[in-house]
Amino acid sequence: MTQSVRNWLLAAPAGAWLLVMLVLPLSVVFVFSFGERAPSGGYVPAFTFEQYANLPARFTAFKNTLLLAPLGTLAALLIAYPLAYQLAVRTSNKWKTLLLVLVIVPFWTSILIRSYAWIFILGGRGIPSLLDVIGIEDMRLINTQFAVLVGIVYGYLPLMVFPIYVSLDRLDKRLLEASSDLGASPLSTFSKVTLPMSISGIATGCMLVFILLMGEFLIPALLGGGKVFFVGNALVDLFLQSRNWAYGSAVAVMLIIIMLVTVTVYMRLISRLSVQRDDAPLM
Amino acid sequence: MRIYAICVYVFLYTPIAIIALFSFSAGRSASQFEGFSTQWYGRALSNPFVMDALGNSLFVALVSASLASVLGTLAAVGLQGIRGPARALFDAIIYIAVMIPGIVIGIATLIALVTIFDVVNPWLATIWSTSEKPIRLSMGMGSLIAAHTMFTMALVIIIVRARLSGIEGALSEASADLYATPFGTFSQITLPLIAPAILAGFLLSFTFSFDDFIIAFFVAGSETTLPIYIFSSIRRGITPEVNAIGTMVMVASLILLVIAQLILRRSTKS
Repeated sequence: MTQSVRNWLLAAPAGAWLLVMLVLPLSVVFVFSFGERAPSGGYVPAFTFEQYANLPARFTAFKNTLLLAPLGTLAALLIAYPLAYQLAVRTSNKWKTLLLVLVIVPFWTSILIRSYAWIFILGGRGIPSLLDVIGIEDMRLINTQFAVLVGIVYGYLPLMVFPIYVSLDRLDKRLLEASSDLGASPLSTFSKVTLPMSISGIATGCMLVFILLMGEFLIPALLGGGKVFFVGNALVDLFLQSRNWAYGSAVAVMLIIIMLVTVTVYMRLISRLSVQRDDAPLM
Repeated sequence: MRIYAICVYVFLYTPIAIIALFSFSAGRSASQFEGFSTQWYGRALSNPFVMDALGNSLFVALVSASLASVLGTLAAVGLQGIRGPARALFDAIIYIAVMIPGIVIGIATLIALVTIFDVVNPWLATIWSTSEKPIRLSMGMGSLIAAHTMFTMALVIIIVRARLSGIEGALSEASADLYATPFGTFSQITLPLIAPAILAGFLLSFTFSFDDFIIAFFVAGSETTLPIYIFSSIRRGITPEVNAIGTMVMVASLILLVIAQLILRRSTKS
């Protein structure tokens, strides 16, 4: 048996599995998006762009997703960066690993259970009742955009901290000393040395969080109470409640197209940023 | 700065602590603490629906993580020696598998399999028309395992390949020069070196499958997994029973994480 035949035999089961369980189903979604809804729900073969023309009917879902996914990513970044910096640069080696593991542990427990905790905290008997005591009355937190944003940041914070930590940890700490020895202020050391050197970690973290947020269903379902819904919630509704497969497929295809476009643009932007860094003298 | 870090840890752990605290509440209300009791643990553990869902979740996670580890490792090893457009296509598909949102994987698998089953089932019925119980394909544990295996297998391929690219080459050439068979090289050189990556892939796969709600929601048919049970009981109204289940799941995954960490540390030392 030649080597190349053996390599193919090794890869064949996984390849076949991916073809049947990924490529085929995604192709079906693509084909169905040009079809029509059967009167009793389901799909009737057709070739029409009607479903795509109807997409504005679900405009709110797309608007919420495209507003809260980038906003949630940004909020997670702003909270995660100082923590990652503290862990990677300012913490002794003895405590580093333990503190990092403590950030990651919540991520290993089910996001369903962790989001559920916020129903308590933001619900009527949680923070609003505490605010009541100090005189702020009738504060509604649950089932608002704010609640969904809190849930998002809470759910995906570990995923943002980890890559930034890795990039900052690799950074040679002597560079920071050199920069301050040469008279740079802490702020310019940060903006000229630390930030550019951690751009790859920021890019990875933002991308991971953003991709997961685009398809989010659970957090808006639990904390948005049907008022703040994402494309994911629209998809559940279309496939499991109204059983409109053709229209649901068009929504799914649109979601994928938006993701591909934003991710591609984003990658271009990041690679341009890092090219600029390579051109910088002394780096 | 240090105070900031402490605040973030408080933010990360308060919700978890609250879940654990209310699981010990004696009352029926999940938002008011009415005395200490472990009754909700007893109720959860003696609830046949919970135990059924737990059993399903463990079974699906174990089978799909095992399949994903074996098939994913084989593919990662095979792909090392494959070049050209076929390899590029394979890589692109793996990339798509991890990029596509779980919810899209869920709906795509649902409509594809239901459509296929609708075509195949009448066929099967005519073939087995003589037997008393004709075989009928439907959504259930099988389709759920197949969907989870697809996604976690892609994860395993990525993890194992990263490890392989660090070691392959000189070592396996040396082994071949010393007249080891390809299988001997694999089992004595490559496999021990990539074992930690395979274990990491298995654990990641197991955790993913055990925690997954969204794919299971579409693909599990009438079967209930633990996340599906928890989601529907939250929808029905919250009782401390959900807190008790959540706390147990969290403690169990923590123990699993510690064990994995110990195994990984030992294997990297040796």
